[in-house]
Amino acid sequence: MSGSLKGSDIVSIRDFSREQIERVLEVAEKMVPIARGDEKSSLLEGRILGSLFYEPSTRTRLSFEAAMTRLGGRTLGFDEPRGSSVAKGETLADTIRMVDAYSDVIVLRHTQEGAARLAGHFAEKPVINAGDGAGQHPTQTLLDLFTIRKEKGGIDGNHIVIVGDLKYGRTVHSLSEALSMFGAELTFVAPPTLQMPQEHIKHIETRGIRPKISNSLEEVIAEADVLYVTRIQKERFPDPAEYRKVAGAFTIDREMLRDASDNLVIMHPLPRVSEIDPEVDLTPHARYFDQAFNGVPVRMALLSMVLGGIE
Amino acid sequence: MKEFKVTPIRNGTVIDHIDVGMALKVLRIIGVRNEVSSTVSVLMHVPSKKNNWKDVVKIEDRELDPKELDKIALISPDATINIIRDYNVAEKFVVEVPERVKGIMTCSNPGCITNKSEPVEPEFVVETKKPPALRCVYCDRMTTDIAENIV
Ligand SMILES: Nc1ncnc2c1ncn2[C@@H]1O[C@H](COP(=O)(O)OP(=O)(O)O)[C@@H](O)[C@H]1O
Ligand SMILES: [Mg+2]
Ligand SMILES: [Zn+2]
Repeated sequence: MSGSLKGSDIVSIRDFSREQIERVLEVAEKMVPIARGDEKSSLLEGRILGSLFYEPSTRTRLSFEAAMTRLGGRTLGFDEPRGSSVAKGETLADTIRMVDAYSDVIVLRHTQEGAARLAGHFAEKPVINAGDGAGQHPTQTLLDLFTIRKEKGGIDGNHIVIVGDLKYGRTVHSLSEALSMFGAELTFVAPPTLQMPQEHIKHIETRGIRPKISNSLEEVIAEADVLYVTRIQKERFPDPAEYRKVAGAFTIDREMLRDASDNLVIMHPLPRVSEIDPEVDLTPHARYFDQAFNGVPVRMALLSMVLGGIE
Repeated sequence: MKEFKVTPIRNGTVIDHIDVGMALKVLRIIGVRNEVSSTVSVLMHVPSKKNNWKDVVKIEDRELDPKELDKIALISPDATINIIRDYNVAEKFVVEVPERVKGIMTCSNPGCITNKSEPVEPEFVVETKKPPALRCVYCDRMTTDIAENIV
């Protein structure tokens, strides 16, 4: 991808240049009053979003639909494959060819890695990846970058501590690569068995960033500008007692935040289970609900840019 | 000095300097199981000046097509191809690992969409040549155990 996003597929954050990301974030900023419903827009009036969710999702699906509706467009599609032709064994390629004929832009969430790239090959209309199995989820990364920029006035130079399951979490892989492109300082906090894979660390180091590796949140939290929390899944631990110990050591509660800076911002891609205690919601640090809202203006920006409503 | 462990062949191909132990994989690639039309000899664990030990495969009356050469390059990037005409080496070249690979290998990621029944040929970008490491164009994952995934 170079320059304008008009007609482009949005599959992986690696497809974007820094300039393109900055442009998306700027456009998203302008979308905020429309996303809130304070202003009206007919930018995408008469346009149709084909929304194909082969896997359940609440936030991503609803925020795409909200984004399209706020810009005057409409959405068709399914939120689970049951009952559709997909359940009868139709290939993704065939479903995509059909939806391509019925819509102007396609949003796809799928169970298989590489599904969005494949859909892009069969569709003439732009395809936006809303998550492909354990693969990519670029709109999540863009809304995370948007949130950090909005809350911190920029990304450059901020110290971002990412905690949780860094080995299997696709969100943190794309996010940390993107953050390194913007010159953020990074610390990865995880139990040793769930640390960031070498492949990603190497990619980050090619950008001139040396991430710090730690397994103690307490030791690094005082230095953090942003704390990005993700879930540690029970299934990763064969021994339930081991899981409880690890989950306990990485839980964010008031006690954990004792030495945190007043300006610390806490983010989470949601849904959370027990990794952030609800008592944290009431502190000025909590930004995860704002972050979830930011999915709407960011997706409005992407929809209007790939459809050519905005350059 | 020419020292032959097998009878010299008149016309055909000698695949020399195969990574030791890979001869049987090479036989699978060139499809010797399916068609019997000429003699194939296999030498395994042959002392080699270059790499200590090597395997060698000699096929009579046959030259290899580009897809077969790409596959051999991926499992044994130092293999040399000697085309024999009238008992002499008429052409000799080292196989070349291609930049991009399509339709000759499956993705090692079981979760990859190309491993479902979709109408696409798996496609890879070669990221490193020695040893070959290939990135799937669809799922982005690396495949390094090439021999296991070649079709
Ligand atoms: N007529 C032939 N029949 C069978 N094998 C041959 C014949 N000519 C050459 N070879 C084999 O092909 C390979 C390459 O031959 P050559 O170029 O003479 O040797 P080298 O590559 O070792 O310098 C060697 O493994 C050799 O044994
Ligand atoms: Mg396309
Ligand atoms: Zn793949």
